[in-house]
Amino acid sequence: MRSEPADYELVAPGSLQAVVSLLAEQPGEWLPIAGGTDVMVQYAAGNLRARKLVSLWNLPELRCIEVSEGEVRVGAGCTYTDLREHEVVEREFPLLARAARWTGGIANQNRGTLGGNIANASPAADSLPALLVYEAELILVSARGERRIPYLDFHTGYRKTLLASDELIRAVCLARRFADYFSYSRKVGPRNAQAISKICIAALGHMASGLVEDIRIAVGSVAPTPLRLKETERRSRGRPVDDALVFQARQIAVGEIRPIDDIRSTAAYRSAVVGNLVAQFLHGLRASGRSA
Amino acid sequence: MNTARARCEISLTVNDEPRTVLAFPMERLLDVLRERLGLTGTKEGCGEGECGSCAVLMNGLLVNSCLVPVLQAQEAKIVTIEGLAQQGRLHALQQSFLECGGAQCGICTPGMILAACHLLNKNPQPDLEDIREGLAGNLCRCTGYVQIWEAVAEAAVRGNR
Repeated sequence: MRSEPADYELVAPGSLQAVVSLLAEQPGEWLPIAGGTDVMVQYAAGNLRARKLVSLWNLPELRCIEVSEGEVRVGAGCTYTDLREHEVVEREFPLLARAARWTGGIANQNRGTLGGNIANASPAADSLPALLVYEAELILVSARGERRIPYLDFHTGYRKTLLASDELIRAVCLARRFADYFSYSRKVGPRNAQAISKICIAALGHMASGLVEDIRIAVGSVAPTPLRLKETERRSRGRPVDDALVFQARQIAVGEIRPIDDIRSTAAYRSAVVGNLVAQFLHGLRASGRSA
Repeated sequence: MNTARARCEISLTVNDEPRTVLAFPMERLLDVLRERLGLTGTKEGCGEGECGSCAVLMNGLLVNSCLVPVLQAQEAKIVTIEGLAQQGRLHALQQSFLECGGAQCGICTPGMILAACHLLNKNPQPDLEDIREGLAGNLCRCTGYVQIWEAVAEAAVRGNR
Protein backbone atom coordinates (compact mmCIF):
# COMPACT_ATOMS: atom_id res chain seq x y z
CA MET A 1 0.00 0.00 0.00
CA ARG A 2 1.22 3.48 -0.85
CA SER A 3 2.64 5.63 1.92
CA GLU A 4 1.09 8.91 2.97
CA PRO A 5 3.60 11.79 2.58
CA ALA A 6 2.06 13.63 5.54
CA ASP A 7 3.24 10.84 7.84
CA TYR A 8 6.90 11.42 7.00
CA GLU A 9 9.42 14.03 7.88
CA LEU A 10 12.33 14.79 5.57
CA VAL A 11 14.98 17.38 6.26
CA ALA A 12 17.96 18.53 4.22
CA PRO A 13 20.43 20.22 6.59
CA GLY A 14 22.80 20.91 3.69
CA SER A 15 26.14 20.04 5.28
CA LEU A 16 27.77 16.86 6.49
CA GLN A 17 28.43 18.46 9.87
CA ALA A 18 24.75 19.29 10.33
CA VAL A 19 23.63 15.79 9.31
CA VAL A 20 26.09 14.15 11.67
CA SER A 21 24.94 16.40 14.55
CA LEU A 22 21.33 15.44 13.90
CA LEU A 23 22.24 11.74 13.98
CA ALA A 24 24.16 12.30 17.22
CA GLU A 25 21.22 14.05 18.89
CA GLN A 26 18.75 11.30 18.06
CA PRO A 27 20.68 8.17 17.09
CA GLY A 28 18.59 5.62 15.22
CA GLU A 29 15.73 8.07 14.70
CA TRP A 30 16.77 9.38 11.30
CA LEU A 31 17.16 7.35 8.17
CA PRO A 32 19.67 8.81 5.71
CA ILE A 33 18.41 9.06 2.15
CA ALA A 34 20.72 9.89 -0.75
CA GLY A 35 19.44 9.32 -4.30
CA GLY A 36 16.38 7.43 -3.08
CA THR A 37 16.72 4.49 -5.44
CA ASP A 38 16.26 2.04 -2.56
CA VAL A 39 14.55 4.11 0.14
CA MET A 40 11.86 5.53 -2.16
CA VAL A 41 11.06 2.04 -3.44
CA GLN A 42 10.40 0.88 0.12
CA TYR A 43 8.40 4.05 0.70
CA ALA A 44 6.27 3.43 -2.40
CA ALA A 45 5.55 -0.11 -1.23
CA GLY A 46 4.55 1.10 2.24
CA ASN A 47 7.50 -0.81 3.73
CA LEU A 48 9.52 2.08 5.06
CA ARG A 49 9.64 1.78 8.80
CA ALA A 50 11.49 5.02 9.47
CA ARG A 51 9.26 8.10 9.70
CA LYS A 52 12.06 10.66 9.86
CA LEU A 53 14.51 10.97 6.99
CA VAL A 54 17.55 13.13 6.48
CA SER A 55 18.75 13.93 2.99
CA LEU A 56 22.37 13.38 1.97
CA TRP A 57 21.70 14.17 -1.68
CA ASN A 58 24.34 16.41 -3.21
CA LEU A 59 26.19 17.13 0.04
CA PRO A 60 29.43 18.52 -1.37
CA GLU A 61 31.56 16.75 1.26
CA LEU A 62 30.25 13.40 0.02
CA ARG A 63 30.16 14.06 -3.69
CA CYS A 64 33.78 14.18 -4.74
CA ILE A 65 36.42 11.80 -5.99
CA GLU A 66 39.90 12.65 -4.70
CA VAL A 67 42.89 11.12 -6.39
CA SER A 68 46.20 11.06 -4.54
CA GLU A 69 49.39 9.17 -5.27
CA GLY A 70 48.47 6.08 -3.30
CA GLU A 71 44.70 5.95 -3.40
CA VAL A 72 41.46 7.08 -4.88
CA ARG A 73 38.92 8.29 -2.35
CA VAL A 74 35.37 8.12 -3.62
CA GLY A 75 32.87 10.16 -1.61
CA ALA A 76 29.93 8.02 -0.51
CA GLY A 77 27.52 10.39 -2.23
CA CYS A 78 29.04 9.85 -5.68
CA THR A 79 26.56 8.41 -8.12
CA TYR A 80 27.10 5.52 -10.50
CA THR A 81 27.28 8.10 -13.27
CA ASP A 82 30.08 9.90 -11.38
CA LEU A 83 31.95 6.57 -11.18
CA ARG A 84 31.37 5.67 -14.84
CA GLU A 85 32.63 9.01 -16.02
CA HIS A 86 35.72 9.27 -13.84
CA GLU A 87 38.86 8.67 -15.83
CA VAL A 88 41.01 7.16 -13.06
CA VAL A 89 38.19 4.92 -11.81
CA GLU A 90 37.58 3.73 -15.36
CA ARG A 91 41.26 3.02 -16.00
CA GLU A 92 42.44 1.61 -12.68
CA PHE A 93 39.25 0.20 -11.19
CA PRO A 94 37.42 -1.11 -14.23
CA LEU A 95 35.42 -3.60 -12.16
CA LEU A 96 33.82 -0.72 -10.30
CA ALA A 97 33.20 1.34 -13.44
CA ARG A 98 31.64 -1.69 -15.12
CA ALA A 99 29.43 -2.47 -12.12
CA ALA A 100 28.26 1.16 -12.17
CA ARG A 101 27.37 0.79 -15.84
CA TRP A 102 25.40 -2.40 -15.13
CA THR A 103 23.40 -1.05 -12.21
CA GLY A 104 19.82 -0.03 -13.00
CA GLY A 105 19.38 2.21 -16.03
CA ILE A 106 20.69 5.70 -16.73
CA ALA A 107 18.06 7.41 -14.54
CA ASN A 108 18.94 5.26 -11.55
CA GLN A 109 22.66 5.66 -12.23
CA ASN A 110 22.16 9.42 -12.05
CA ARG A 111 20.70 9.08 -8.56
CA GLY A 112 21.96 5.90 -6.93
CA THR A 113 25.11 6.36 -4.86
CA LEU A 114 28.01 4.09 -3.97
CA GLY A 115 27.53 4.80 -0.26
CA GLY A 116 23.85 3.99 -0.57
CA ASN A 117 24.60 0.70 -2.27
CA ILE A 118 26.97 -0.23 0.57
CA ALA A 119 24.67 0.88 3.39
CA ASN A 120 21.63 -0.77 1.83
CA ALA A 121 23.69 -3.95 2.08
CA SER A 122 21.85 -6.08 -0.40
CA PRO A 123 23.75 -9.30 -1.11
CA ALA A 124 22.77 -8.82 -4.77
CA ALA A 125 24.25 -5.32 -5.14
CA ASP A 126 26.38 -5.13 -8.27
CA SER A 127 29.12 -2.81 -7.03
CA LEU A 128 29.97 -4.69 -3.84
CA PRO A 129 31.97 -7.64 -5.25
CA ALA A 130 34.26 -5.10 -6.95
CA LEU A 131 34.88 -3.34 -3.61
CA LEU A 132 35.69 -6.70 -2.02
CA VAL A 133 38.35 -7.65 -4.57
CA TYR A 134 39.94 -4.19 -4.54
CA GLU A 135 40.04 -4.52 -0.73
CA ALA A 136 38.43 -1.13 -0.31
CA GLU A 137 38.45 0.63 3.03
CA LEU A 138 35.55 2.68 4.33
CA ILE A 139 35.73 5.94 6.19
CA LEU A 140 32.81 6.15 8.59
CA VAL A 141 31.93 9.45 10.21
CA SER A 142 29.91 10.48 13.24
CA ALA A 143 29.94 13.34 15.72
CA ARG A 144 32.44 11.19 17.64
CA GLY A 145 34.92 11.42 14.77
CA GLU A 146 36.02 9.26 11.88
CA ARG A 147 37.14 5.66 11.70
CA ARG A 148 38.60 3.71 8.84
CA ILE A 149 37.68 0.05 8.47
CA PRO A 150 38.30 -2.66 5.88
CA TYR A 151 35.20 -3.06 3.70
CA LEU A 152 35.70 -6.81 4.02
CA ASP A 153 34.49 -6.57 7.65
CA PHE A 154 31.54 -4.25 7.00
CA HIS A 155 28.76 -6.75 6.34
CA THR A 156 28.12 -8.82 9.43
CA GLY A 157 25.04 -10.74 8.28
CA TYR A 158 22.04 -10.46 6.00
CA ARG A 159 21.53 -6.70 5.69
CA LYS A 160 23.52 -6.20 8.90
CA THR A 161 26.52 -3.90 8.94
CA LEU A 162 29.08 -2.35 11.27
CA LEU A 163 27.50 1.08 10.83
CA ALA A 164 26.52 2.53 14.22
CA SER A 165 23.16 4.28 14.52
CA ASP A 166 24.78 7.72 14.56
CA GLU A 167 27.22 6.97 11.76
CA LEU A 168 27.41 7.58 8.01
CA ILE A 169 29.66 6.22 5.31
CA ARG A 170 31.81 9.13 4.28
CA ALA A 171 34.11 7.68 1.63
CA VAL A 172 35.41 4.54 -0.01
CA CYS A 173 39.18 4.30 -0.34
CA LEU A 174 40.76 2.30 -3.12
CA ALA A 175 44.51 1.59 -3.13
CA ARG A 176 46.02 2.26 -6.56
CA ARG A 177 47.83 -1.02 -7.03
CA PHE A 178 45.67 -3.02 -9.40
CA ALA A 179 46.17 -1.22 -12.69
CA ASP A 180 48.15 -4.12 -14.21
CA TYR A 181 45.87 -6.87 -12.90
CA PHE A 182 43.70 -8.97 -15.15
CA SER A 183 40.09 -8.15 -14.26
CA TYR A 184 36.92 -10.06 -14.93
CA SER A 185 33.29 -9.44 -14.09
CA ARG A 186 29.92 -10.75 -15.15
CA LYS A 187 26.36 -9.96 -14.22
CA VAL A 188 24.01 -12.87 -14.73
CA GLY A 189 20.35 -11.90 -14.91
CA PRO A 190 17.43 -11.70 -17.32
CA ARG A 191 18.89 -8.49 -18.77
CA ASN A 192 21.70 -6.12 -17.81
CA ALA A 193 19.73 -2.94 -17.20
CA GLN A 194 17.28 -2.74 -14.31
CA ALA A 195 17.30 -6.46 -13.51
CA ILE A 196 18.65 -7.48 -10.13
CA SER A 197 21.41 -10.06 -10.51
CA LYS A 198 20.90 -13.78 -10.14
CA ILE A 199 24.67 -13.85 -9.64
CA CYS A 200 27.32 -11.19 -10.03
CA ILE A 201 31.05 -11.76 -9.88
CA ALA A 202 34.14 -9.59 -9.81
CA ALA A 203 37.63 -11.04 -9.95
CA LEU A 204 41.22 -9.89 -10.19
CA GLY A 205 44.35 -11.85 -10.86
CA HIS A 206 48.01 -11.47 -11.60
CA MET A 207 50.33 -14.04 -13.17
CA ALA A 208 54.10 -14.17 -12.68
CA SER A 209 56.36 -16.69 -14.41
CA GLY A 210 53.36 -18.76 -15.43
CA LEU A 211 52.03 -19.03 -11.87
CA VAL A 212 49.11 -17.38 -10.13
CA GLU A 213 50.80 -14.70 -8.08
CA ASP A 214 47.68 -12.99 -6.76
CA ILE A 215 44.01 -13.79 -7.15
CA ARG A 216 40.81 -12.33 -5.69
CA ILE A 217 37.27 -13.48 -6.42
CA ALA A 218 34.03 -12.06 -4.99
CA VAL A 219 30.46 -13.06 -5.74
CA GLY A 220 27.10 -11.46 -5.05
CA SER A 221 23.66 -13.08 -4.61
CA VAL A 222 25.06 -16.39 -3.39
CA ALA A 223 25.17 -15.85 0.38
CA PRO A 224 23.63 -13.52 3.01
CA THR A 225 26.37 -10.99 2.23
CA PRO A 226 28.60 -10.31 -0.78
CA LEU A 227 31.27 -12.99 -0.47
CA ARG A 228 35.03 -13.28 -1.06
CA LEU A 229 35.97 -16.81 -2.12
CA LYS A 230 38.99 -16.95 0.18
CA GLU A 231 39.53 -20.69 0.04
CA THR A 232 39.36 -20.80 -3.74
CA GLU A 233 41.88 -17.96 -3.83
CA ARG A 234 44.23 -19.57 -1.28
CA ARG A 235 44.33 -22.88 -3.09
CA SER A 236 44.93 -21.24 -6.47
CA ARG A 237 47.90 -19.11 -5.48
CA GLY A 238 51.33 -20.18 -6.63
CA ARG A 239 50.00 -22.66 -9.19
CA PRO A 240 49.86 -22.67 -12.96
CA VAL A 241 46.37 -22.27 -14.40
CA ASP A 242 45.93 -25.76 -15.84
CA ASP A 243 42.91 -27.98 -16.21
CA ALA A 244 43.52 -29.49 -12.78
CA LEU A 245 43.37 -26.07 -11.13
CA VAL A 246 40.26 -25.03 -13.03
CA PHE A 247 38.51 -28.28 -12.10
CA GLN A 248 39.46 -27.95 -8.45
CA ALA A 249 38.70 -24.22 -8.20
CA ARG A 250 35.19 -24.81 -9.54
CA GLN A 251 34.53 -27.33 -6.79
CA ILE A 252 36.01 -25.26 -4.01
CA ALA A 253 34.10 -22.17 -5.13
CA VAL A 254 30.80 -24.02 -5.15
CA GLY A 255 31.59 -25.28 -1.66
CA GLU A 256 32.21 -21.77 -0.40
CA ILE A 257 28.93 -20.21 -1.46
CA ARG A 258 25.61 -20.58 0.34
CA PRO A 259 23.01 -19.91 -2.35
CA ILE A 260 19.27 -20.16 -1.82
CA ASP A 261 16.19 -20.59 -3.98
CA ASP A 262 14.40 -17.26 -4.27
CA ILE A 263 12.26 -15.21 -6.62
CA ARG A 264 15.18 -14.63 -9.01
CA SER A 265 16.88 -17.98 -9.25
CA THR A 266 17.58 -21.32 -7.62
CA ALA A 267 20.43 -22.55 -5.47
CA ALA A 268 21.24 -25.25 -8.04
CA TYR A 269 21.46 -22.76 -10.90
CA ARG A 270 23.56 -20.36 -8.87
CA SER A 271 26.00 -23.13 -7.92
CA ALA A 272 26.36 -24.31 -11.50
CA VAL A 273 26.89 -20.79 -12.80
CA VAL A 274 29.38 -19.78 -10.11
CA GLY A 275 31.49 -22.79 -11.09
CA ASN A 276 31.32 -21.77 -14.74
CA LEU A 277 32.17 -18.14 -14.01
CA VAL A 278 35.19 -19.09 -11.89
CA ALA A 279 36.38 -21.33 -14.74
CA GLN A 280 35.85 -18.56 -17.29
CA PHE A 281 37.79 -16.13 -15.12
CA LEU A 282 40.69 -18.58 -14.76
CA HIS A 283 40.83 -19.17 -18.51
CA GLY A 284 41.04 -15.41 -19.03
CA LEU A 285 43.71 -15.14 -16.35
CA ARG A 286 45.76 -17.88 -18.04
CA ALA A 287 45.53 -16.05 -21.37
CA SER A 288 46.58 -12.77 -19.69
CA GLY A 289 49.69 -14.54 -18.34
CA ARG A 290 50.66 -15.69 -21.86
CA SER A 291 50.40 -12.25 -23.35
CA ALA A 292 52.28 -10.60 -20.47
CA MET B 1 1.15 8.15 15.37
CA ASN B 2 -0.21 10.22 12.53
CA THR B 3 1.21 13.52 13.59
CA ALA B 4 0.91 15.42 10.33
CA ARG B 5 4.18 17.01 9.32
CA ALA B 6 4.38 20.52 8.08
CA ARG B 7 4.24 21.27 4.39
CA CYS B 8 7.17 23.25 3.11
CA GLU B 9 7.65 25.73 0.34
CA ILE B 10 9.42 24.26 -2.65
CA SER B 11 10.73 26.54 -5.37
CA LEU B 12 11.74 25.00 -8.62
CA THR B 13 11.93 25.86 -12.27
CA VAL B 14 9.71 23.73 -14.44
CA ASN B 15 10.11 24.02 -18.20
CA ASP B 16 11.80 27.40 -17.75
CA GLU B 17 9.02 28.77 -15.54
CA PRO B 18 9.71 29.49 -11.87
CA ARG B 19 7.12 27.69 -9.72
CA THR B 20 6.53 27.54 -5.98
CA VAL B 21 4.46 24.83 -4.37
CA LEU B 22 3.50 24.04 -0.81
CA ALA B 23 4.13 20.32 -0.43
CA PHE B 24 5.10 17.67 2.08
CA PRO B 25 8.85 17.09 1.71
CA MET B 26 8.35 13.38 1.00
CA GLU B 27 5.82 13.96 -1.77
CA ARG B 28 7.14 12.45 -4.95
CA LEU B 29 8.29 14.88 -7.61
CA LEU B 30 6.02 12.87 -9.93
CA ASP B 31 2.91 13.73 -7.90
CA VAL B 32 3.88 17.36 -7.52
CA LEU B 33 4.28 17.67 -11.30
CA ARG B 34 1.05 15.88 -12.10
CA GLU B 35 -1.26 16.90 -9.29
CA ARG B 36 -0.02 20.23 -8.00
CA LEU B 37 1.25 21.65 -11.30
CA GLY B 38 -1.17 19.87 -13.65
CA LEU B 39 1.63 18.55 -15.86
CA THR B 40 0.14 15.14 -16.58
CA GLY B 41 2.46 14.37 -19.49
CA THR B 42 4.77 12.67 -17.00
CA LYS B 43 3.32 9.18 -16.48
CA GLU B 44 3.37 6.79 -13.58
CA GLY B 45 4.15 3.23 -14.59
CA CYS B 46 5.60 1.04 -11.86
CA GLY B 47 6.17 3.65 -9.17
CA GLU B 48 9.40 1.93 -8.16
CA GLY B 49 12.06 3.13 -10.57
CA GLU B 50 11.93 0.11 -12.87
CA CYS B 51 10.09 1.35 -15.96
CA GLY B 52 11.18 4.92 -16.70
CA SER B 53 7.68 6.21 -17.56
CA CYS B 54 8.04 9.03 -15.04
CA ALA B 55 11.50 10.11 -16.22
CA VAL B 56 12.17 13.84 -16.32
CA LEU B 57 15.33 15.93 -16.47
CA MET B 58 16.45 17.38 -13.15
CA ASN B 59 19.31 19.85 -13.55
CA GLY B 60 19.95 18.26 -16.92
CA LEU B 61 20.12 14.71 -15.60
CA LEU B 62 17.58 12.01 -16.32
CA VAL B 63 15.84 10.89 -13.12
CA ASN B 64 12.82 8.78 -12.29
CA SER B 65 10.50 11.32 -10.70
CA CYS B 66 8.71 8.60 -8.70
CA LEU B 67 11.93 8.18 -6.69
CA VAL B 68 12.60 11.85 -6.01
CA PRO B 69 11.20 13.28 -2.79
CA VAL B 70 10.26 16.80 -3.78
CA LEU B 71 12.44 18.37 -1.11
CA GLN B 72 15.44 17.10 -3.09
CA ALA B 73 14.17 19.05 -6.09
CA GLN B 74 14.34 22.33 -4.16
CA GLU B 75 15.82 24.98 -6.50
CA ALA B 76 16.16 22.40 -9.29
CA LYS B 77 15.52 22.94 -12.97
CA ILE B 78 13.02 20.38 -14.21
CA VAL B 79 12.20 19.58 -17.80
CA THR B 80 9.11 17.49 -18.55
CA ILE B 81 7.69 16.37 -21.87
CA GLU B 82 5.57 19.54 -21.90
CA GLY B 83 8.78 21.59 -22.04
CA LEU B 84 10.26 20.11 -25.21
CA ALA B 85 8.15 21.67 -27.94
CA GLN B 86 9.09 25.32 -28.51
CA GLN B 87 6.70 27.92 -29.92
CA GLY B 88 4.29 25.29 -31.13
CA ARG B 89 7.02 23.39 -32.93
CA LEU B 90 7.71 19.81 -31.93
CA HIS B 91 11.15 18.84 -30.69
CA ALA B 92 13.12 16.79 -33.23
CA LEU B 93 12.61 13.69 -31.08
CA GLN B 94 8.85 14.17 -30.87
CA GLN B 95 8.74 14.56 -34.66
CA SER B 96 10.87 11.49 -35.29
CA PHE B 97 8.87 9.38 -32.82
CA LEU B 98 5.75 10.33 -34.77
CA GLU B 99 7.26 9.56 -38.14
CA CYS B 100 9.02 6.33 -37.19
CA GLY B 101 6.10 4.84 -35.24
CA GLY B 102 8.03 5.15 -31.97
CA ALA B 103 4.83 5.72 -30.00
CA GLN B 104 1.88 3.36 -29.75
CA CYS B 105 -0.16 3.41 -26.54
CA GLY B 106 1.90 6.39 -25.40
CA ILE B 107 2.44 5.62 -21.75
CA CYS B 108 6.18 5.08 -22.06
CA THR B 109 6.64 7.81 -24.65
CA PRO B 110 7.27 10.90 -22.47
CA GLY B 111 9.90 9.06 -20.41
CA MET B 112 11.35 7.45 -23.51
CA ILE B 113 11.70 10.83 -25.23
CA LEU B 114 13.29 12.43 -22.17
CA ALA B 115 15.75 9.53 -21.91
CA ALA B 116 16.54 10.01 -25.60
CA CYS B 117 16.91 13.75 -25.05
CA HIS B 118 19.35 13.11 -22.18
CA LEU B 119 21.30 10.72 -24.39
CA LEU B 120 21.55 13.14 -27.31
CA ASN B 121 22.58 15.97 -25.01
CA LYS B 122 25.51 13.86 -23.83
CA ASN B 123 26.23 12.09 -27.08
CA PRO B 124 24.81 13.79 -30.19
CA GLN B 125 25.89 10.96 -32.53
CA PRO B 126 25.07 7.73 -30.72
CA ASP B 127 25.39 4.33 -32.38
CA LEU B 128 22.73 1.67 -31.89
CA GLU B 129 24.49 0.26 -28.82
CA ASP B 130 24.58 3.72 -27.23
CA ILE B 131 20.89 4.21 -27.98
CA ARG B 132 19.97 0.83 -26.52
CA GLU B 133 21.98 1.55 -23.39
CA GLY B 134 20.60 5.07 -23.05
CA LEU B 135 17.03 3.79 -23.18
CA ALA B 136 17.55 0.53 -21.29
CA GLY B 137 15.84 1.90 -18.18
CA ASN B 138 12.65 2.66 -20.11
CA LEU B 139 10.24 -0.17 -20.75
CA CYS B 140 7.81 -0.30 -23.68
CA ARG B 141 5.29 -3.09 -24.05
CA CYS B 142 3.96 -2.08 -27.47
CA THR B 143 6.58 -1.29 -30.04
CA GLY B 144 9.22 -3.96 -29.55
CA TYR B 145 11.67 -1.04 -29.31
CA VAL B 146 12.97 -1.14 -32.88
CA GLN B 147 10.94 1.87 -34.05
CA ILE B 148 11.98 3.74 -30.92
CA TRP B 149 15.68 3.18 -31.64
CA GLU B 150 15.07 4.23 -35.24
CA ALA B 151 13.33 7.39 -34.08
CA VAL B 152 16.27 8.33 -31.85
CA ALA B 153 18.77 7.62 -34.62
CA GLU B 154 16.68 9.70 -37.00
CA ALA B 155 16.55 12.63 -34.57
CA ALA B 156 20.33 12.41 -34.14
CA VAL B 157 20.83 12.57 -37.90
CA ARG B 158 18.57 15.61 -38.19
CA GLY B 159 20.28 17.40 -35.34
CA ASN B 160 18.66 18.11 -32.05
CA ARG B 161 16.12 20.56 -33.29
